[in-house]
Amino acid sequence: MLHKYSRLWVAGIAAMAAAGSAMAGKYIPTTDGAIIDPAAEWDGLWALVLEDITVMGVLFAIVLAYLILKYRRRPGAEGGGAVKLTTGAAIAWALIPAFIFLADDLFIAVRGWEVWNVQRTVPAERLEIKLESSMYNWEYTYPNGVTTDNELKVPAGKPVLLRMTSSDVVHTHYMPDFRIKEDSMPGRVTYLWFYPQKPGKHLVTCNEFCGDGHSRMSGSVVVLPPEEYAAWYEREGAKLKQAAAPASPIPSGEAAPAAPPAQDKSV
Amino acid sequence: MNLKEWIFTTDHKRVGVLYLIGSIAAFVVAGIMAVLMRIELTTLGPTITDSATTYNVWLYVHGAVMILGFQIPALTGFAANFGIPLMIGAKDVAFPRLNAFSVWLFFMGVIMALLTFVVPDPPDIMWTGYPPYSITTSGNTALYTFTVLLIGFASILAGINFLTTIIFMRAKGMTWNKLNIFTWTIAGSFVMQLIYVPVLGVAVLLISFDKYLGTYFFDPAKGGDVLTYQNLFWFYSHPAVYVIFLPFFGLLMDIFATFAKNPIFNYKTAVYGGVWGIVIISGEVWIHHLYVSGMPDWLRIGQMVTTLMISVPVGLLTISLVGTLYKGSITFQTPMLYALGTAFLFLIGGLTGIPLAVTALTVNLSETYYVVGHFHYVMAVSGTLAIFAGVYYWFPKITGRMFNERWGHIGFWFHFVGANIIFWTMMDVGVRTGLSRRYYDWAQWPEVANEQMIMTVGTGILAIGFVIMLFNWLLGAIIGAKAPDNPWGSASLEWTTTPCAPPHGNWATPPVLADDWSPYAYDKRKG
Repeated sequence: MLHKYSRLWVAGIAAMAAAGSAMAGKYIPTTDGAIIDPAAEWDGLWALVLEDITVMGVLFAIVLAYLILKYRRRPGAEGGGAVKLTTGAAIAWALIPAFIFLADDLFIAVRGWEVWNVQRTVPAERLEIKLESSMYNWEYTYPNGVTTDNELKVPAGKPVLLRMTSSDVVHTHYMPDFRIKEDSMPGRVTYLWFYPQKPGKHLVTCNEFCGDGHSRMSGSVVVLPPEEYAAWYEREGAKLKQAAAPASPIPSGEAAPAAPPAQDKSV
Repeated sequence: MNLKEWIFTTDHKRVGVLYLIGSIAAFVVAGIMAVLMRIELTTLGPTITDSATTYNVWLYVHGAVMILGFQIPALTGFAANFGIPLMIGAKDVAFPRLNAFSVWLFFMGVIMALLTFVVPDPPDIMWTGYPPYSITTSGNTALYTFTVLLIGFASILAGINFLTTIIFMRAKGMTWNKLNIFTWTIAGSFVMQLIYVPVLGVAVLLISFDKYLGTYFFDPAKGGDVLTYQNLFWFYSHPAVYVIFLPFFGLLMDIFATFAKNPIFNYKTAVYGGVWGIVIISGEVWIHHLYVSGMPDWLRIGQMVTTLMISVPVGLLTISLVGTLYKGSITFQTPMLYALGTAFLFLIGGLTGIPLAVTALTVNLSETYYVVGHFHYVMAVSGTLAIFAGVYYWFPKITGRMFNERWGHIGFWFHFVGANIIFWTMMDVGVRTGLSRRYYDWAQWPEVANEQMIMTVGTGILAIGFVIMLFNWLLGAIIGAKAPDNPWGSASLEWTTTPCAPPHGNWATPPVLADDWSPYAYDKRKG
């Protein structure tokens, strides 16, 4: 037990240090070990906290209901029978519940902090995609320059890091199935990461009010088998080069007119 | 009863009643907006309007008017004005004319909010008014700014007035530990209002500067920053939750004490730990509204801890509330029924806030129907029911007449059942499907069709409960039986020393209290 908590302290101090450097620059903490799925972590933490608040709620409700039934006015009775607490009892009734609540808070905080570290520490082996949101569109830019609108294609089995900004107002890139969201806003770059494991299609939806198109600002995350994703990525990359190629000789006027066809062949 | 007397009144009780009339009118308008929104959401696609902007305007009015026009003025306006001088044995507040000025500022603010329905480009910026949208929209952001400034100014003046009153105008013999707990909660609320309202005033003023005067406080392209607004806004608006929470909880505790005929359980802990604990922590938790806004990671964790710590003072207050029933002699007239219902609903509202304090959980839950359900349990259900409990409690004091007890009970059960149907369903769909808030339509979630229908039905049930209550008040005020001086058998000063209704000035000579006097001295009256 003690050992576990000392590790937490170390982790805490490390996280503070990481946070400090995150403020200084665009540093994003990374991990090289086994990848932990933040969505599964969320589910575990939710179950735990839900249990915690249910127990507290039911206890209080039972006590309240019992007191209401037990101390209904009896015929003939006028005033209530509560006696003044002694100083000792009053202090005990303050300190003991306060410490119980505080202990429960710290228990939840520690578990919450552990999951938070998973959510904010991005595995080193990852796919990085830039996102620019606008009214009412999500534009994703892949490492090879390919862009897509409102459809984020990713390979199964690889963590995905989104670096996000916005060209107009505040939007929130929310993926309910991956239990994660973060605002995107003009003038700042924010990030989130998620871990798609199985091929499938998932909802992306805007979560910060952004105007009259807010409720239709949605798209999808399409998780593809890795080979299929690689094929699509290469194909789109090639198309992009092809499209860009004829344009390149025009600004460089000195180049020989014969050059462009040769370039095309090389692609 | 002539109109001129009411308009120029400086009597704290009449000012309180003016606040009550204004805030209930605001509740009706904002409630109609809620009903319209629920009807719109009942079916997929357009139901009663095909304009998302119209829906967004309803949403703006609902949020802004419920909080600024109903909750805060009903508690720190009506309840404070009507209750505090009578509870502390003062003939009036310290500055009666300033008090009258506050209530009229508040009315101007409400009128400013209602102009939304007549201007060509009404504000559609939500009650939060986040830039850049609030600056780039064609909607009229200035109306929002001036609504907030007018009502905020009224709050600041009331804060100075009531803190002065509570500190200097208590009856002889009323020492600090003999105050009603409601008086303490009002003091706590106004301390927070004085600290935080100016910050909100700055925030809303700057968005109008940006929009109309060409400044760029929030435009990153010119060196501004989008998040500055969100920080300023929530630096006030989270404490605003406690500005509402404290007095409604204080009202509940006083009503519990009266109807259980018991002193407040562990009074000093509730006051010095509960009330002042909340005031102290209130200013260090606002980041939990910015958990997904790109704030530094360490700050999001730091304020997770402070936010969770709010459970300590709130827990102590809840123990005092529940403990007040212990060995009591409880009767269940309408005010107590509303208060007991509130206690159960506050358990749900308070505890469902704990997951939202945890940063790691909020990254999924924020801005979903779970959040909407949670804060409606705290504000719209607990806060509102507590306000209604307070109106019923002081109804004989206000009008000199009694309401109908049977209809009081019927109205309560409609309200209670309806509210639970709506807001429990909301939390449930939010956490299961991620259904997003502030959506005019819900095409992405076809699976929630049944729940949408259920929530609309719940809204209808709640509305019936409110209408029954409103008629009960109106009829009671006109044709109700004459009220006895102390219908609830309370030991509190306003019930034991003044008639129903008290005259202007309350007492010919203010009461002088004996050493063993207490607003909760029930044990001696036994037998």
